[in-house]
Amino acid sequence: MIRVHELEKQKIRDIENKYPFVLSFFENNKLDIKDYQENTLEEYFDSFAQEDIEEWAIDIPKLKSGLAAFINQMLEFLGLEKDRVDYITIIAGKDKYGNRENFDELVVRKGEIVSIVGPTGSGKSRLLADIEWAANKDTPTDRIILINGEIPDKNIRFSTSNKLVAQLSQNMNFIMDLSVREFLELHAKSRMVDNEAEVIRKIIDAANELAGEKFDLDTPVTRLSGGQSRALMIADTAILSASPIVLIDEIENAGIDRKRALNLLVNEDKIVLMATHDPSLALMATKRIVIRNGGVYKVINTGKEEKMILVELEKMDRIINDMRSKLREGQILESI
Amino acid sequence: MTMNLVTVSGPPSSGKTSIILKTIEAIKNRGLSVGVVKFDCLYTDDDILYEKAGVPIKKGLSGSLCPDHFFVSNIEEVVDWGKSQNLDLLITESAGLCNRCSPYIKGITAVCVIDNLSGINTPKKIGPMLKTADIIVITKGDIVSQAEREVFASRVNSVNPQALIIMVNGLTGQGAFELSTLFYEEERSIETVKGKELRFPMPSALCSYCLGETRIGEKYQMGNIKKINMGDEND
Repeated sequence: MIRVHELEKQKIRDIENKYPFVLSFFENNKLDIKDYQENTLEEYFDSFAQEDIEEWAIDIPKLKSGLAAFINQMLEFLGLEKDRVDYITIIAGKDKYGNRENFDELVVRKGEIVSIVGPTGSGKSRLLADIEWAANKDTPTDRIILINGEIPDKNIRFSTSNKLVAQLSQNMNFIMDLSVREFLELHAKSRMVDNEAEVIRKIIDAANELAGEKFDLDTPVTRLSGGQSRALMIADTAILSASPIVLIDEIENAGIDRKRALNLLVNEDKIVLMATHDPSLALMATKRIVIRNGGVYKVINTGKEEKMILVELEKMDRIINDMRSKLREGQILESI
Repeated sequence: MTMNLVTVSGPPSSGKTSIILKTIEAIKNRGLSVGVVKFDCLYTDDDILYEKAGVPIKKGLSGSLCPDHFFVSNIEEVVDWGKSQNLDLLITESAGLCNRCSPYIKGITAVCVIDNLSGINTPKKIGPMLKTADIIVITKGDIVSQAEREVFASRVNSVNPQALIIMVNGLTGQGAFELSTLFYEEERSIETVKGKELRFPMPSALCSYCLGETRIGEKYQMGNIKKINMGDEND
């Protein structure tokens, strides 16, 4: 644990060398430290004129304690094991009428896909929120969520760098006006990865494997097609997001190879939860959770027969996808 | 009879009212009574939304005054109103219109609502309203990519590492229950805000334009005047 009074006595140069990530703290708080490398942190803050403090709304005590808190958070984050979640356990609670859920406990391991089905408003978001919050009988459902068989530390609820769940949904868009490269660089920097160029290459290659139409690193993200955007979001989430659990809210069947997309997530050791009513997605899961009245009504294992149906569905998907490519290329479609 | 006070502020259209309404739903389930005082500048009809939800509501429009100065000069009476309504929890909602002010009070839970759509440089632009908040609610996460959510949250964290950061969806209410657990604690009850202090001083401005001057030109400018540096370098 770094404390403020220890930090204050250190030279800015030494702080930067020891904790390179502090640069983003200085930058985002508009603290221009370049002429103060040989000064201590205390001397730097003492150099502010009272006028500037008022003019720019600078809260020095808050900045000092904030910097110490920031360093401690980042050190903790960097010290974390990458594959820290092997499995989650959902222990049954109750539905909105107070009835016990129809299961005892459900274990989902990394690399596993579980689909979630049920009408809108049935409680799918609540289940997800319970997982994200690591509920411990303190949410409306009374569920308990265990990580690797244990009740996790409560800090996980508010951590920004260590969130349990990443989300991918239909309505998501890129809003930044950046090229694919700049976009990925920004994300990689915020995640503090060391091998930035390599990771970016890996993501663009993976995204192009998924997308119907290829794109490159210089394409502006806002100009990607729907399928390309989804491909990039999935590849980026699989490879760069720290969250061990990925929630997918439907993947539209256009311009993207959905089977490969799910395989990518599974190969990156994610736990995949997927809300979908699309049979060819739902059957890719090993289990599906049926939600009704705010609670889990059933847990169904995808059996052999359903897996056979999946083969048929995949054939149909391929036919439709081929026709889509042919249309794009200006060909005449023939009957099947 | 004592109550909790929570001050919520955030840029216009960031989702404050939706978040507060969803959070109140969850708090009411705990059998607590909640009221809201909405501060705005020229116009608001959010009071109708609160009324519809059965929440006791007062609104105050600052009109020609700086909205945050208006807030501080009224907060004492606002707290008295809340107590007269026998509230367990009083929430004030105010828009941070210039990004410089903040209505936060020492010892009173301060919540800042900010949305993912506002762009990743926004955390840099917002002053004490974001930097001195205890809880930061990030909204509209359902419409931007996972990467943008992560980058945005990490920027928010770097300007206020001590705040609790929580994502809430104002439409579906996802996250609102979790937020509600941070809004009320019996031991945080207060009798009054008299004698309490603001967390950060508000900007001082007293110039001829504050007093109704409309004419442009140096000779009409008096009081606290600041000029842009028109030299080669920018501030």
